[in-house]
Amino acid sequence: MSEFFHQYGDEIGTLTLEHLWLTGAAMLFAAAIAIPLGMALTRRPRWAKPVIGTANVLQTIPSLAMFGFLLPLPWLGERAARVAIISLTAYALLPILRNTYAGLRGIDPSLIEVARAMGLTNAQRFFKVELPLAAPFILAGLRTATVTCVGIATIAAAVGAGGLGELIFRGVASVDNELVLAGAIPAALLALACDGALGLLERWTRVPGPSAVP
Amino acid sequence: MTAGIEFRNVGFATAQRRRLLSDISFVVEEGTTTAVLGRSGSGKTTLLRTVNRMVEPSSGQVLLCGKNVRDVDLTGLRRGVGYVIQETGLFPHMTVQRNVGLVLEARGEASRERNLRSQDLLNAVGLEARTFGPRYPHQLSGGQRQRVGLARALAAQPGVLLMDEPFGALDPLTRMEMQDMLRELLAGLKKTVLLVTHDLDEALFLGDRIVLLSEGKLMAHLEPQEFLHSRQPEVEAYVHAFHRGELSAAAEKRA
Repeated sequence: MSEFFHQYGDEIGTLTLEHLWLTGAAMLFAAAIAIPLGMALTRRPRWAKPVIGTANVLQTIPSLAMFGFLLPLPWLGERAARVAIISLTAYALLPILRNTYAGLRGIDPSLIEVARAMGLTNAQRFFKVELPLAAPFILAGLRTATVTCVGIATIAAAVGAGGLGELIFRGVASVDNELVLAGAIPAALLALACDGALGLLERWTRVPGPSAVP
Repeated sequence: MTAGIEFRNVGFATAQRRRLLSDISFVVEEGTTTAVLGRSGSGKTTLLRTVNRMVEPSSGQVLLCGKNVRDVDLTGLRRGVGYVIQETGLFPHMTVQRNVGLVLEARGEASRERNLRSQDLLNAVGLEARTFGPRYPHQLSGGQRQRVGLARALAAQPGVLLMDEPFGALDPLTRMEMQDMLRELLAGLKKTVLLVTHDLDEALFLGDRIVLLSEGKLMAHLEPQEFLHSRQPEVEAYVHAFHRGELSAAAEKRA
């Protein structure tokens, strides 16, 4: 065992960081797209169904196929990490988008009404009232997306994007279970750690009281 | 006497062409309270909301201190008009103190002044600021929440106060306390108040004038004494509806 760690410890560390970088970058992109988009949809609810539907379809594409589709594209194909980040972003859109939309739509309309009647500007109403009330929902979406993507990111190794999937694929190819576990266990721990950390953040933003809004 | 709020032939129809208000005209004198009575759906709330332009009338004008509300900057107008609604208006994610000071926060006033003002107001509505300021709305009773709502409406020192069934959800005893507190507070502050209610008793107790709306039309605009003794059928019907229980109990006792 100690010999195993001696041999692979460094590599596991590097690959974990790589894994984290792929997922983290994808989450940032997805949040930057899905949160404003979800906000925009609450202003134009007619668009909600088609847009959320599209995100839903993206999610049904098998991940290996998605990586395969993107690989031949000109700029993307140059670096496998780009392919991985774009694919993971696509998968992360739905949970974030859906939760942002639902969280904002679920706010008690009388609170919005009062905010308007008090003379808060649109921006003030959004940042002081709507966003804080929807924040726990948005974070819950981000959390689901992150955990899913930590899992999917292992497959990115198939196109050479690196990450912990590398050890898994190598292990499978050489029928070496220890190597598979060396990739799988840190990946699972990473997912759990992300889940825990975002869960804490979500709890921290929760609206006080039993009558928490939606 | 000058006009605090003036309605001039105000009419409102929804996008589906349903007429909610027709040709309403009356004046709320500065520093007085006018109670607007009427059954549910009579257009009371809609009328109230034309003052801070939450509703834009389809015809006629609303004047605030002689100025057409359409000619005033919307944000400034709303910040200058206190608004109290039934039960649900407090922001659950903000402490009581922040709720009260929110209009001042929106105006960009320094937090020290905001806090001082919030504390004064909380004390004025009968909630000890040190105890209640740091709490969240869910930790308060219905009556306490309504007091906070009132304090918040007063924060920007508005000349005009709009109250939409502010005590509608409270039990009779709490409501009585709130009415006493409000009357005392208003006597000192000299605000122009438009109070929507369906409670005749509340209208008689708090109103200097009473307006009765029915199906969007102005039926009566009277002083409380006149209202109580009016022979106008709509007014009589409304007054009668309120004393039924009393009369029936008295009748049973005699029988």
